[in-house]
Amino acid sequence: MSMLKPALSLPSDQIPGKQSDQPQVTQPATRRGREGSPWTGLWAVVTKDMADHLTSTRMRILEILIVLTAAGTVYAAMQTLRTTVSEDPFLFLKLFTTARDPLPAFVSFLSFLVPLIAIALTFDAVNGEFNQRTLSRVLAQPIYRDALLMGKFLASFFTLTLVLTAIWLLIIGLGILGLGLPPNGEEVVRAFTFLIATIFYGGIWLALALVFSTVFRQPATAALASIAVWLFFIIFWGIVADVVAQVIRPITIGMPQELLAQAELAQTLARFSPNTLYVEAMMGLLHPAVRSFGFVLPSELQGAMLGAPLPLDQSLLLIWPQITGLIAGTLLLFALCYTLFQRQEIRA
Amino acid sequence: MDNKWVIETQDLTKRYGNFTAVDSLNLTLNKGEVFGLLGPNGAGKTTTILMLLGLTERTSGRVQVLGFDPARQPLQVKARVGYLPDQIGFYDDLTARENLSYIAKLNGIPRVEARQRIDSLLARVGLSDVVNKVVGAFSRGMRQRLGVAEVLLKEPQVIIMDEPTLGLDPEAARQFLAMIREMKHEGITIMLSSHLLHQVQAVCDRVGLFQKGRMVLEGPVSELAQKVLGGGYQLHLEVNGQPAPIERALLNLTDVTDVTHAGNRFTVKARRDLRADAARAAIQAGGNLLALDVDAPSLDEIYTQYFQEVEHVHA
Repeated sequence: MSMLKPALSLPSDQIPGKQSDQPQVTQPATRRGREGSPWTGLWAVVTKDMADHLTSTRMRILEILIVLTAAGTVYAAMQTLRTTVSEDPFLFLKLFTTARDPLPAFVSFLSFLVPLIAIALTFDAVNGEFNQRTLSRVLAQPIYRDALLMGKFLASFFTLTLVLTAIWLLIIGLGILGLGLPPNGEEVVRAFTFLIATIFYGGIWLALALVFSTVFRQPATAALASIAVWLFFIIFWGIVADVVAQVIRPITIGMPQELLAQAELAQTLARFSPNTLYVEAMMGLLHPAVRSFGFVLPSELQGAMLGAPLPLDQSLLLIWPQITGLIAGTLLLFALCYTLFQRQEIRA
Repeated sequence: MDNKWVIETQDLTKRYGNFTAVDSLNLTLNKGEVFGLLGPNGAGKTTTILMLLGLTERTSGRVQVLGFDPARQPLQVKARVGYLPDQIGFYDDLTARENLSYIAKLNGIPRVEARQRIDSLLARVGLSDVVNKVVGAFSRGMRQRLGVAEVLLKEPQVIIMDEPTLGLDPEAARQFLAMIREMKHEGITIMLSSHLLHQVQAVCDRVGLFQKGRMVLEGPVSELAQKVLGGGYQLHLEVNGQPAPIERALLNLTDVTDVTHAGNRFTVKARRDLRADAARAAIQAGGNLLALDVDAPSLDEIYTQYFQEVEHVHA
């Protein structure tokens, strides 16, 4: 009878507080401001969790996997590039995007390896503490829950950043060695923005796995749920978007407007998938010649020099929505996780 | 903070929907005392503890811990109150020292000082030789001692323990109780919940009996015996002689509630320790006193008796 675990009892340490102007405590139980900074202890959590990540076997396996992928694909790309004689101002970016049978390009590997790393980093973040029975002990220390959750997220995020930056530098280094020429300024900026996009693409999956680790008590369930969502977006979302577009905007008489409307709706829907956003951002950044992701009518192309690269600022403008979308997705999922965690009862 | 109570609650109530986990609890703890929370599982002991720590929000009522409100000043409370949960867990892949360093960091204890404190505490709880071993290999008793070291790390004024001796072997439990007494001597106020009654009786100055979210009885063990057992002292006499006058003489003593006899063995229930009076009465009634013994009231009896009575009332 006592084993009730109501979802909606609000723990007292949930809302970041302001300093109260009245130290008197005679008011009935309320949700008025609480004292002290919600960030107390944040760095202790971040450093501890990051140390855990970096020394874990799980992380080592993933690192080996991704380093092998990077080395393999870049080597293949260099082989291809060496045989090309035509002049290309963005040779360096080709390192990331050139595929050579049977290997796909490095970026295609990244688009499904990054979610995997991200999920592996956080699927047991909260429920792991719960199952080890360390949660109540840690929360009995003078910190707020905010610090614990934020610390866990930041630790994973920094670990992801560290790993991706290392790989990014590795590829550039291999490129300089293998191709014998340094990247130019614009290439560096484009490649760096691509790194940022990749990190936030990972951030979405980090936050998603964190949500599941808060909702599900079993880490295995959380991992499976995260992977299910990932597979859904990678494999099925494109199909779903097409089908929904066909239902909502059916082609009845075959007018060009109808075709266009349906295709645009399908594209809009597809952009709800972080994969679509990431692939578009990657295209815009690493293929300077890409000038639009939408549908271009022949009339709009009048006077355009097809194949000529866009200047850097125009490319950035093109992929700006995608980048903000990725960042927003990360923040939204984290906010959801935060709300869920604050409402959770900590007793077993 | 000249509050004379270390912990004070007024009409503290916690409801989960329609279920009342803790119902109008009034509780006060003096500085330096050991208070035992008793009661069956689900009586509201853990919920009370979580509310005292600010880990669960109360529905209504008032709480003060060391002069702070746990709902609004949880950091102040948690910096001064140590909590030992019922199922204590550590990071299994970290060593004893690493586990404690993390807690020290969360408490903002400077690194050098933390190191000294950790060394001396681990020595105190007898874990010096496993400082750098991973906790995953620790036995339940070792974990419990590590838990004590962790709680003492922040140099608390109050320690709250939830079922601290559960699952310990008798020797480990005995050591644990000795540690509690030691902490009491250091002036730390201790609140512990348990349903292992003889252990509670051995260390607690006062106990509170919980039932269905209410504290139904509260006071020192001897006082509770008075209330529930209507006495609580049982005298066993072996007297040769006429049973009837001896029984009458014993019954006439003040504070005797009941006398029964089987052959020459008499059992006297009394409100206080009446050995001397009973011996005199038996001899004056012409008996030869052969043996005399007394059972002090035990918490087990009080507990069983109380819950039996309550069930009778409800039946």
